[in-house]
Amino acid sequence: MNFEAVIGLEVHAQLLTKSKIFCGCSTTFGQRPNSAACPVCLGLPGALPVLNREAVNMAVKMILAVDGSVGMTSVFARKNYFYPDLPKGYQISQFDRPIGIGGRIAFEDNGVRKQIRLTRIHLEEDAGKSLHPEGHSEDFTRIDVNRCGVPLMEIVSEPEIRSPREAYLYLHALKQIVEHLGICDGNMEEGSLRCDANVSIRPVGETKLGTKTEVKNLNSIRGVEKALRYEIDRQIAIVSSGDRVEQQTLLYSDADGRCYPMRSKEESHDYRYLPDPDLVPLQLTPNWIATVQRELPELPLNRQDRYVHDLALPRYDAEVLTSSPGLALYFEETLAACPDAKLVANWIMTEVLARVKGNAAGIAGFAVEPARLGRLLEMIRSKAITGKIGKELFECMLADARPVEAIVAEKGLAPIADSSDLGGLIDKVIADHPKEVARYRAGQTKLLAFFVGQVMRATGGRADPAVTNELLRSKLAQSE
Amino acid sequence: MATALQLRQQFLDGERNLGEYYHELLNRCEDVNHRLNCLNVVTSELAEATVAQLHSKLTSGRPKGKLFGLPIIVKDNICLKDHPTTCASRILNGFVPPYNATVIDRLLADDAVIIAKANMDEFAMGSSNENSALGLARNPRDLERAPGGSSGGSAAAVAAGLVPLALGSDTGGSVRQPAAFCGVVGLKPTYGAVSRYGLVAFASSLDQIGPLAADVHSAALLFDVIAGHDSRDSTSAQQSLAGAEENLKAGVRGLKIGLPREYFAAGLDAEIAAAITRVADWLKREGAEIREVALPHTKYAVAAYYVVADAEASSNLARYDGVRYGQRAAAHDLLSMYTETRHAGFGAEVKRRIMLGTYVLSSGYYDAYYAKAMKVRRVIMQEMLEALNAVDLLLTPTTPTTAFKLGEKTEDPLAMYLSDIYTVSANLAGLPAISVPCGVDAAKLPIGAQLIGRPFDEPTLFRAAAVIEASSR
Repeated sequence: MNFEAVIGLEVHAQLLTKSKIFCGCSTTFGQRPNSAACPVCLGLPGALPVLNREAVNMAVKMILAVDGSVGMTSVFARKNYFYPDLPKGYQISQFDRPIGIGGRIAFEDNGVRKQIRLTRIHLEEDAGKSLHPEGHSEDFTRIDVNRCGVPLMEIVSEPEIRSPREAYLYLHALKQIVEHLGICDGNMEEGSLRCDANVSIRPVGETKLGTKTEVKNLNSIRGVEKALRYEIDRQIAIVSSGDRVEQQTLLYSDADGRCYPMRSKEESHDYRYLPDPDLVPLQLTPNWIATVQRELPELPLNRQDRYVHDLALPRYDAEVLTSSPGLALYFEETLAACPDAKLVANWIMTEVLARVKGNAAGIAGFAVEPARLGRLLEMIRSKAITGKIGKELFECMLADARPVEAIVAEKGLAPIADSSDLGGLIDKVIADHPKEVARYRAGQTKLLAFFVGQVMRATGGRADPAVTNELLRSKLAQSE
Repeated sequence: MATALQLRQQFLDGERNLGEYYHELLNRCEDVNHRLNCLNVVTSELAEATVAQLHSKLTSGRPKGKLFGLPIIVKDNICLKDHPTTCASRILNGFVPPYNATVIDRLLADDAVIIAKANMDEFAMGSSNENSALGLARNPRDLERAPGGSSGGSAAAVAAGLVPLALGSDTGGSVRQPAAFCGVVGLKPTYGAVSRYGLVAFASSLDQIGPLAADVHSAALLFDVIAGHDSRDSTSAQQSLAGAEENLKAGVRGLKIGLPREYFAAGLDAEIAAAITRVADWLKREGAEIREVALPHTKYAVAAYYVVADAEASSNLARYDGVRYGQRAAAHDLLSMYTETRHAGFGAEVKRRIMLGTYVLSSGYYDAYYAKAMKVRRVIMQEMLEALNAVDLLLTPTTPTTAFKLGEKTEDPLAMYLSDIYTVSANLAGLPAISVPCGVDAAKLPIGAQLIGRPFDEPTLFRAAAVIEASSR
């Protein structure tokens, strides 16, 4: 029997606000434990939450970017459950009236445009962290509340994803969108982007849903793909052998690529949601939304389409260049100084990316700013220098912050275009290669390239190719 | 005893010495508390430090606050920085807030002197002050009777003449009911008029801090100081509030005052009914127009109130788990640590309400109880607002009986809950309401008249209350 997978993803994106969602504490990652804590995020008696407008703006940005509809009145609810790192005994989240409803995330799968619809987007606060120190004789747990109240945006997809590969592409596209919007750094390793997956399988053609399991602890996009593949295969094996899939929550282990049961359904919670009486309903206005709309940048997929249609770049190039907002910006700024899109794309995808890779400063801190690279490429495009010299120059520019023209002048890398300078050299080349001259004159005009090469070698590549060609042609003809 | 206004003037004029006054007052605290058990802690050091500051302010030319030199007692569910805040519960043993409630900041900014934290029903749940882990408080009018709850300690301290001013909190009548039992003035402000920041929550959508005072003028003075927007409380009203003290003497001429007929039905003590009728006559004599109005959904108010309040309480009290502060029970696993801590920490009434609240919020019963109670709440609010379109104020009894005997109702929670029957509607609807003494019954026990007003119309409440006060003297 053939099976298909039915996958829905719940993605938590940590918003890049400076302060927490309900208080003024800092959200910076990696601070000393319990140093970013105040009565509000600690849930001390009498402390009250006050909503951070910036978190709302970021959520609205996302909703608009994915064509969802903004809930003009959304309600914060309490999700009640006991947990040691949940100081209030409840998490403030959104329940039946979220800030975003619907929307979709689109991506390209082998040249085919696909889209996955979204159920909802909502805002909530993060919980703290329980630390279980190992290597101590006593058994104890430490609580770090720094993460309590960090703003999260939860993006819930419809169960429309049909394969681990689609899940991968969906997540990749989602990550690109939040990064382009500047609302999340997309770092799955640091937990800025977290994903839980609901998975079930059913025979192809069946419309009823099978029993689903929930896979948690997915901390890389590749990990999601691998975990889903594992879990789908496991479910197929169970069903094929005549057994039933048990509804449960699984933890994915990156170490061995397997999923392990976390808790069974008997422990399932009754969260006893209630509208949080400490927070009045969030009332958005058309004006508010219009303001956010105006700040909305171009989205990665739209950008790719524009690169393909307007700049005639291959889809692959467009995908690479839009893989991060910083790179796309670098590309476009370089393009402003040199209009040959393919030349610019090639250089960025090879020379630039090779050097940015593994560099903490990233593209934004890259030594050769886009304007300087643009001038260099423009010199190549207008044949003021050769590509070979260009690469040499690029090396110099990595360590030398001056404009490319200054480096060219200092290193004497300016092309030799003067016929009087090149004349003697060409005469010498002709004199040194009588056989080739004879063959050329006998009609093997393809040998012109050989002579050009000799001149280039003699000048270290600086000879202007056009002038060299012209002079060689006339001198080889003259002596006839 | 001097009123708050007179006392302030005496300090300013140098007729009374701050240091001597407080020396004597702090000594009196002990005596009064010995009789009434109305104070959980006397904050002598804070009081003395404040008095020293005020003293130097007195000799300099700096401006003096509205409450200059006035002693005040605050209910022990209001956070006072660096002082234990107990909510009269064992579970908060050892909890010392590192912050002040907004009302505390405002009191101090206006030169009040905080001298003590008042006894109360545990987590403000109760109508007699008998649910206190620190022992019951007594009514100074009759030591065998309850001072009312849950702000019983605050009301008793004022009634005993210890202080002219105190703060309580009112979730279903917890300022007004003890005010009526003890014969003092008590206001439940409009929801959102006074910041709840630093008030340990019982039921967040109903709680409101309110003044208790020996006289109407003092209550108005205190209300003006504590009211106003607070950016730390999202439910705090943005609008600017009219001063209550300014037009206090404007009288009631031309005001329309409604008597809701449902508030004068079976269960109301005949002497109280007669007293409120008399109050209506006084107001009429002073130029108000008295009308009967109908509030047919009043009979559902107590039921809706206990569902909503307990639901919120079950959620608000979840944070007391023994993990970060307060006392923690020794246990071998997490769940037992929670259950043992909460078993030992909470009193019977609090547990009863947490269980009720948990039940009404559980997914199987949510629609039948919580969702329905919220609908009833909306209907009650609309009905009251409509009535208040036709009249400026509603006049009702504050309580169905005068102060009952200690122990009389402790075995019958339902009977206890019914002592809030006239007060809970104002909380459900978020309306301001005041209880003002209007006489005594045959046993010389005080009777309270309640006025309910339009949102943020505390000034009109105080005008009418002043007339009642003047007439009852």
